[in-house]
Amino acid sequence: MKRAAVRTGKRFQTEEAVAGYLFAAPVILGLIIFVIGPMILSAIVSLTDWNVLTAPHFIGIKNYIHLFTTDLYFANSLLVTSYYVVGSVILTIFYSLVVAVLLNQDARGKGIFRSIFYLPSIVPIVASSALWLWLYNPNFGLFNEVLQSLGLPKSKFLVDQTTVIPSLIVMGIWGGAGNTIVIFLAALQGVPRQLLEAVEIDGGNWFHKFRAVTLPMISPVTFFNLVIGLITAFQVFAQPYIMTSGGPNNASLFYVYLMYREGFQRNNMGLASAEAWILFLLVSVLSILLFRWSRGWVHYEGGNQ
Amino acid sequence: MTVKRRFLRALLYLVLLLGAAFVLVPIYWLLRSSVMTIGEIFKFPPMLWSHDMQWSNFSQSMTVTPFARYFGNTITILIPALLGTLLTASMSAYGFARFKFPLRGMWFSLVLSAIILPPAVVLIPQFIMWSSLRLVNTFYPLILPLWFGGGAFNVFLLRQFFLTIPHDFDDAARIDGAGFFRIYWQIMLPLIQPALIAVGLFQFFFVWNDFFLPLIYLNDPGKYTLALGLSEFIGSYATQWNLLMAATVIIVIPPIIVFFIGQKYFVEGVTLTGVKG
Repeated sequence: MKRAAVRTGKRFQTEEAVAGYLFAAPVILGLIIFVIGPMILSAIVSLTDWNVLTAPHFIGIKNYIHLFTTDLYFANSLLVTSYYVVGSVILTIFYSLVVAVLLNQDARGKGIFRSIFYLPSIVPIVASSALWLWLYNPNFGLFNEVLQSLGLPKSKFLVDQTTVIPSLIVMGIWGGAGNTIVIFLAALQGVPRQLLEAVEIDGGNWFHKFRAVTLPMISPVTFFNLVIGLITAFQVFAQPYIMTSGGPNNASLFYVYLMYREGFQRNNMGLASAEAWILFLLVSVLSILLFRWSRGWVHYEGGNQ
Repeated sequence: MTVKRRFLRALLYLVLLLGAAFVLVPIYWLLRSSVMTIGEIFKFPPMLWSHDMQWSNFSQSMTVTPFARYFGNTITILIPALLGTLLTASMSAYGFARFKFPLRGMWFSLVLSAIILPPAVVLIPQFIMWSSLRLVNTFYPLILPLWFGGGAFNVFLLRQFFLTIPHDFDDAARIDGAGFFRIYWQIMLPLIQPALIAVGLFQFFFVWNDFFLPLIYLNDPGKYTLALGLSEFIGSYATQWNLLMAATVIIVIPPIIVFFIGQKYFVEGVTLTGVKG
């Protein structure tokens, strides 16, 4: 009764709307100033040949045509980035799920293991780039010293165009799995015991339990990890900037690094803006496709949301 | 049965220990290399630990590069960034969680889309904006945006948290004559304290670790942050691995300390984002 008395009346509704807008104002203004406005500006700049030094001219969709037909780096960069995105996302999710499932088997020292697995996630990317540059050093790095000690052939890791992306994927798993593991672990703890026991009574083994109960129950979290992993992997920048300069032979020319180089080192702001818009469209389309696809396998408690 | 059980247990720990080794060996190698002499670092077969610990590597890397200055710059950015985030993210989240207003649904779905928007997409126009305001090469581009909601993700996280708090708290306060702002400030903020700590920690790590934005906006070496300073250091000392690893240890230690102090909240925060989101 009290609540009804407090929350009715036209005056209250207007008051509430005004207060709501005032409270939400920071993020609404932030969206307008730092997201929507810039998106529009970026679309306009992408239709010009602006190079910072001289006044921009309107050139229509020439930048886009150039990127898709004559640009030397664009297609290669998309390919490199996709290779990394697919490899790192799938492997990170698989590895994190295995670790989380094992930790969830009432392993002793679960808390300590969880902290250990999380640790690399808090290492700044510049610091892990320095560290892995050293680990992958072709002459004196740890990995080659181990290979050499075992009598195995050395690898060139970051300085060979066939191994550079796999090397960066391993580094990406090291630094990125922590979050994913913690989230999976929390989801696994939420899987109802009765359901697992029901499968056991029917004579199912651990694999049946995992397939029939665990996987569907944690599927919303798997989906969440997938989307976040994808978005993060698309934005790799520090590794090529610090570790490889996009090489060797453009084999690690990641997309955001390409954009940075075009815009801030070569001052082709028009072309770089076109690249930014293509990235935006790409990520949007991918997200939509993922959401569509997820309806088939993501299971929500109490129906799909 | 018991033999099989034991075998499975052993297998479980074996895999976990292998995973832990994958995580820890690089960190061990970092620490090991940071205290070695330059001669020890290039020895084959590799030494497991230094015979002649060089603590001076730390002071030396701090003198060849003004890391103290970079530390000061990072803190100068960090404090207002955290204040802005905590204040404006919680305000915005409260607005979305507790009030009905026209177009609320539309704005909220924009907040959600902003979470998955790669910042690189809006980088160039934002840069144009800041440079037309003549604020490039100042700390403002790194601080001011965080006074506008502190990141869509944080708004979302706090809103989810507000939704778990029963309306009775607000209603009781309203009956006692408290205004919206007082309810937010005196009733709601204390109730969402754990989530605020998690958001504060996330933002600390973001600002401390961020490399991309300082690289874009700070040109004057006197204004560099630690992350940017370290990246320059990598360029100039890429053969003196012991000094470089010492410098790396210096920048890694503060977040590790913060992580262990705030671990409880941190894990809760990470969990909240994934599971209840």
